[in-house]
Amino acid sequence: MSSQTLDLEEDKPQFPGSRSEFTKKLEFITPDVYNGIPVYRVLDRQGKIIEADQDPKLSKEAVYDMYHKMTLLNTMDRILYESQRQGRISFYMTNYGEEATHMGSAAALNPGDIVFGQYREAGVLMYRGFTLDQFMNQCYGNAEDAGRGRQMPVHYGSKDLNFVTISSPLGTQMPQASGAAYALKRSGKRLCVICYFGDGAASEGDAHAAFNFAATLECPIIFFCRNNGYAISTPTSEQYRGDGIAARGPSYGMATLRVDGNDAFAVYNAVKAARELAVNENRPVLIEAMTYRIGHHSTSDDSTAYRSVDEVNYWDKQDHPIGRLRHYMVNQGWWDMEKEKAWMKQARNEVMQAFQRAEKKKKPPPSELFYDTYKEMPPHLQQQREQMRTHVAQYPENYPLDNFEKDRD
Amino acid sequence: MAVCGVLLRCGRLSRPLSGRTAALGALLSASGRREASALSYVPETAPSDFGETTKMNLFQSINSAMDVALASDPTAVIFGEDVAFGGVFRCTVGLADKYGKDRVFNTPLCEQGIAGFGIGMAVMGATAIAEIQFADYIFPAFDQIVNEAAKYRYRSGNLFDCGRLTMRAPCGAVGHGALYHSQSPEAFFAHVPGIKVVIPRGPIQAKGLLLACIKDDNPCIFLEPKILYRAAVEHVPVGDYTLPLTSAEVVVEGKDVTMVAWGTQVQVLREVCNMAQEKLGVSCELIDLRTIMPWDSETVIKSVNKTGRLLVAHEAPLTGGFAAEIASTVQSECFLHLEAPVERVCGYDTPFPHIFEPFYMPDKWRCFEAIKKIINY
Repeated sequence: MSSQTLDLEEDKPQFPGSRSEFTKKLEFITPDVYNGIPVYRVLDRQGKIIEADQDPKLSKEAVYDMYHKMTLLNTMDRILYESQRQGRISFYMTNYGEEATHMGSAAALNPGDIVFGQYREAGVLMYRGFTLDQFMNQCYGNAEDAGRGRQMPVHYGSKDLNFVTISSPLGTQMPQASGAAYALKRSGKRLCVICYFGDGAASEGDAHAAFNFAATLECPIIFFCRNNGYAISTPTSEQYRGDGIAARGPSYGMATLRVDGNDAFAVYNAVKAARELAVNENRPVLIEAMTYRIGHHSTSDDSTAYRSVDEVNYWDKQDHPIGRLRHYMVNQGWWDMEKEKAWMKQARNEVMQAFQRAEKKKKPPPSELFYDTYKEMPPHLQQQREQMRTHVAQYPENYPLDNFEKDRD
Repeated sequence: MAVCGVLLRCGRLSRPLSGRTAALGALLSASGRREASALSYVPETAPSDFGETTKMNLFQSINSAMDVALASDPTAVIFGEDVAFGGVFRCTVGLADKYGKDRVFNTPLCEQGIAGFGIGMAVMGATAIAEIQFADYIFPAFDQIVNEAAKYRYRSGNLFDCGRLTMRAPCGAVGHGALYHSQSPEAFFAHVPGIKVVIPRGPIQAKGLLLACIKDDNPCIFLEPKILYRAAVEHVPVGDYTLPLTSAEVVVEGKDVTMVAWGTQVQVLREVCNMAQEKLGVSCELIDLRTIMPWDSETVIKSVNKTGRLLVAHEAPLTGGFAAEIASTVQSECFLHLEAPVERVCGYDTPFPHIFEPFYMPDKWRCFEAIKKIINY
């Protein structure tokens, strides 16, 4: 039974939907009533800690790990983007400029925390240990792709690394993440869910659903918005009119923080604190990481059509997450240009070798297209599979059979 | 969206459940005269090896299925709009008290959220039983069902799946439901590889099929003919039992014409069987499809090869309705055995009307007329 106690002694509003106070003034709250939620930052653009008490004091190994993976990701992105241009893979999406959102957040999580991503979080997977081979196998859709060649490139997934397979529709992962968090809560494991999404996806109805469910059902979840300024060609000025995504958090009843997404330490601190709240208090937390999408939306996009090269260059040169972390490491005396050159050469070699391995492998057997539609293969699919095999056996020259493994029988 | 739920209840709360043939008095007109098209529900008997039974109507049998599921599976939860107090159709009465508010709980009013939330729970391996208040309101969840639930296992290479998800929704005509409280959306979902769609014809079937859906490792949509919630009463086994999915059932054996339907329409066609026998001397074989997708074509094909004649009837509109899929398969597999074209008796291709419902429905006279046409072809 709902228990709203009416207190008729005091002259206060008693409505079940909201209490607060009465007012005699007719005064609309205007959207500019405050200056906008501030952006939490730890490292300045020159890689110096601004407030000592905010320094996460990560070990050299931990910072190296972040930096190596940010740069390895960047290197892999360059090579795979090129490979699409050369017709070797069908499609690719880079992560340029958002590497700190990936590594800073991933480093603050428990490896058992479940990740629901959108499509620009490859660094989270890389941080957790997804290998170059695994990335490449998925992009090539070859026989070693854990996804069995069924999806476009960058739709990664890993059960072992607790990273739920990416799907193309935007925002759909969000209410799923709320549900997964609820199940985690019931299981008693002290784990949380982190759900990544972009400034554009946040406009989908599924985002609203996710926030509302997570708050009303008290789910241990971190909603992490990568606000990178664009949804393909649509700038945020055309995506929303309020104070970004962070302003929405409190209206759902969620603790909220806006953070400098290009500052790996700020992201780390934010996610670490958010995780505490989520796990200890079984409540959702919203983090809006402000960043910039330096690359095109995907290999199907040429962003010079809708933004200036100057704007892109500013972020690439003046406020790049990799640069800021590198400055920090150099300031600490942990890094120098020699090490940088050597590492970048090594990174490139590793990526190229994985790339060549992936390219050589055959694709899965053609019958794989039928499996996993249901857990078991129902009679009608068995029939259709036989029809396909019979047909292909009759017209083999018209099908790229040499690239595929043979059907098992 | 769910505003009218209360309106639909008030006409019948005061009427006690009568015995064997509970006439569907929901069709009482304003003058109190029973509409000529009122339907009688013929109760069935459960197989004796399913154990002890007790009298239950459809919503009680569904309640019983969920009670069994929550008792035997500690991860199982039920959620949706208004389920905590018992649900607008009383399917969840008593379950929140028995299993706790963390297992039987209300969600905000948001079907896309209910579906997405349920998928997420299922991905974690929890048994998620989601209720959509009316099948007419399932469409906001369509993206989550079609693009996510149905494709979860396939697209991940079997790394992830949401097989533990079952979504339930009341469907079908109820006498006065009009556009938004009468729909039968099974055809939309039949077109989506990766989900199962199941519709029971009565309480014994409902409990067994719902438990099968809940236990099945594929996401399932379970549509419940709302007009039968109170009106269909049987002695239903009290224990845990399942009935097979993708298994059509021959409800009445016959040799002259095969008739296929699901849900409430099976009852309508029972009467048509009797009419055909009495007035035409025609013996009809009535098949309840039970699972719309993946459907048991083998049983239907076997029957049509025997009879040479097929009638399919459903409330959903004719064009693109599931009868079209059955007719297409039968003409392909039974071509040389067919003595007449396949007849479909369905709702007309309009939105579901209010005052005109008696004219819209694929009632027993339209079906009887179709039988005559098939026989005389």
